[in-house]
Amino acid sequence: MSQTGVLDSRTFNLPVDNIDTDQIIPGQFLTTTERDGLGQFCFYSWRFDENGSERASHALKAFNPGRQSVLVAGSNFGCGSSREHAPWALLDFGFKAVISSRFADIFRSNALKNGLLPVKVSEEVAAFLHAHPDHSVQIDIGNNLLTVEGHGKVEFPLDPFSAYCLTRGIDQLEFLLKNESDISRFENRRGA
Amino acid sequence: MSESSQPASTLFEKVWQRHVVREETAATPAILYIDLQLLHEVTSPQAFDELKRRGLKVRRPECCLATIDHSTPTTPPDSQGVRHYNTPEAKAQVDLLQVNCAAQGIPLHGWDSPNRGIVHVMGPELGATQPGMTIVCGDSHTATHGAFGALAFGIGTTEVGHVLATQCLLQSKPETLGIRIDGELQPGVTAKDVILHVIGAIGVDGGTGSVIEYHGSTVRAMSMESRMTLCNMSIECGARAGMVAPDETTFAYLEGRLMSPQGEKWAAAVADWKTLVSDPGAHYDRLVRIDASRIEPNVTWGTNPGMVMAVDDAIPSTDSPANREALEYMQLEAGARLAGEKVDVVFIGSCTNSRMTDLREAAALMKNRRVAAGTRVLVVPGSEATRREAEAEGLDRIFLQAGAEWREPGCSMCLAMNGDSANPGDLVVSTSNRNFKGRQGRGVRTVLASPLTAAASAVTGRVTNPRELMETGT
Ligand code: SF4
Repeated sequence: MSQTGVLDSRTFNLPVDNIDTDQIIPGQFLTTTERDGLGQFCFYSWRFDENGSERASHALKAFNPGRQSVLVAGSNFGCGSSREHAPWALLDFGFKAVISSRFADIFRSNALKNGLLPVKVSEEVAAFLHAHPDHSVQIDIGNNLLTVEGHGKVEFPLDPFSAYCLTRGIDQLEFLLKNESDISRFENRRGA
Repeated sequence: MSESSQPASTLFEKVWQRHVVREETAATPAILYIDLQLLHEVTSPQAFDELKRRGLKVRRPECCLATIDHSTPTTPPDSQGVRHYNTPEAKAQVDLLQVNCAAQGIPLHGWDSPNRGIVHVMGPELGATQPGMTIVCGDSHTATHGAFGALAFGIGTTEVGHVLATQCLLQSKPETLGIRIDGELQPGVTAKDVILHVIGAIGVDGGTGSVIEYHGSTVRAMSMESRMTLCNMSIECGARAGMVAPDETTFAYLEGRLMSPQGEKWAAAVADWKTLVSDPGAHYDRLVRIDASRIEPNVTWGTNPGMVMAVDDAIPSTDSPANREALEYMQLEAGARLAGEKVDVVFIGSCTNSRMTDLREAAALMKNRRVAAGTRVLVVPGSEATRREAEAEGLDRIFLQAGAEWREPGCSMCLAMNGDSANPGDLVVSTSNRNFKGRQGRGVRTVLASPLTAAASAVTGRVTNPRELMETGT
């Protein structure tokens, strides 16, 4: 994401509903104690066979990392486990935003904390994008606007606080730490 | 804290309101205080790292409780006392949690603890899970603890770090979804069948953005174990949390547990907990009604928990790309029956169904019977305490005599990251919570079911309605 919070990119389509976090990164790769380098395991079972050899054809084969940093997926993206490894893997694989008509709650929260933008759109916009692969889009975070070339501008929901943190690079833990006195007061009041 | 002068509120709203440190504003989410954070080896290392990087300490180590469960072997140590992990990374992850907990003064139930177990089995057993609490864990099945009237939900690793450092989370208030379940369950039908039915009814994203409160006569009649099974799978319909209002069943379960309030504090706690019910007329954003008397033993036929049907039904023939893909992966055909399909592995375990009641049900069905030739059966108790109790009752011998494996506690084949996994193409009848592609090993075909259905299928080697074996007597 640029400093101004505007991302210009081509899309990459995975028009599959209910892509769960086990698909995004299988459980076998969760023994890591780091956040980095998980892109190699992103959609692993889709890309590699039982012996670890790349499949002759698979949905991710056409993905062009430098050019396509916006993933357009089916509905209910990121359902399943709370593993933050999912957004870590997607980011490392080359995505900066995901467009879907519905996101699972924990995935959405995890994505926002890592600068991977979940862009929720109507079924109609999703259908247009599914019908137009490798399409040019612009995502303006500060104004919650998605511009789809040849289709127009649509607003997407993004809470002001997440937008603020994303565009200014402010992190939420700092915000919580600044409220230390409120937290202490709460604890004292409860006689914790 | 008196709620009597307040307008009618739901159980969720009462628990939420008790924990608001700072109200939500137009620009910022609410700051919510967290009473208990449960930790395990998989989703915590990067959070501890972040604290270290910032030079922060854990704010309230006594409000944390850690265990090792996900990547741990379920085979006993060898004659030298050495545990054999699946990979060196798995061991490193467990070792790191031990180091992190020791450095920060966090209580950890490791290999040496008589209470170690799957995080969502251990917490309630210790009495750490109590009504009215806010509980989080870097694990989506944290909703399990909502069975006690706690607000409990899964969070990501960044948020694990937030709670470690501040004991707080930034949260926007979810919606409420009331699920009212009334009626008597038929024989052979359990809480697992109920929740599979609910997910089938509202869909795998039917609860997104919501906290579910389960109520109604069926829920009232359930044991704590059954309520935990019910709440456990709330995430499988996308809900953040599931809750059940505490009652005498809850109090009876908690009384005398290690971390439950003791002495005078007990009576005061119970008096307070009794106020944690939804007021008459409290508003839910949505309400769903379920008739429990019509629920059959359920099984999944596809690759998400919403692809579910009564075990004797034909596989739905609705033609959609998702269904077609699921059936192709499952090597099943629309319109065909799943009952009677050959079963390669049966897994009885996971935070959904590895408690005493689950094991007792499975054992009752397997007693004086044999596991079918060509079927492998793993029974994995949810915790050391459960294992001890089961062994004291002789359940381990029933399983072993039937030809099943009786293993050490852990997540095991629920997510198959510790080495317990099935082979590509295997059909697994599993009491766990997710039938996602590859969840139990590459190419493994998972059928989610209750412990009764799993035990019946173990005996026949085919996907089987438990009633068939129950009617002939055990
Ligand atoms: S048993 Fe399964 S769902 Fe439960 S905590 Fe372990 S891995 Fe997660």
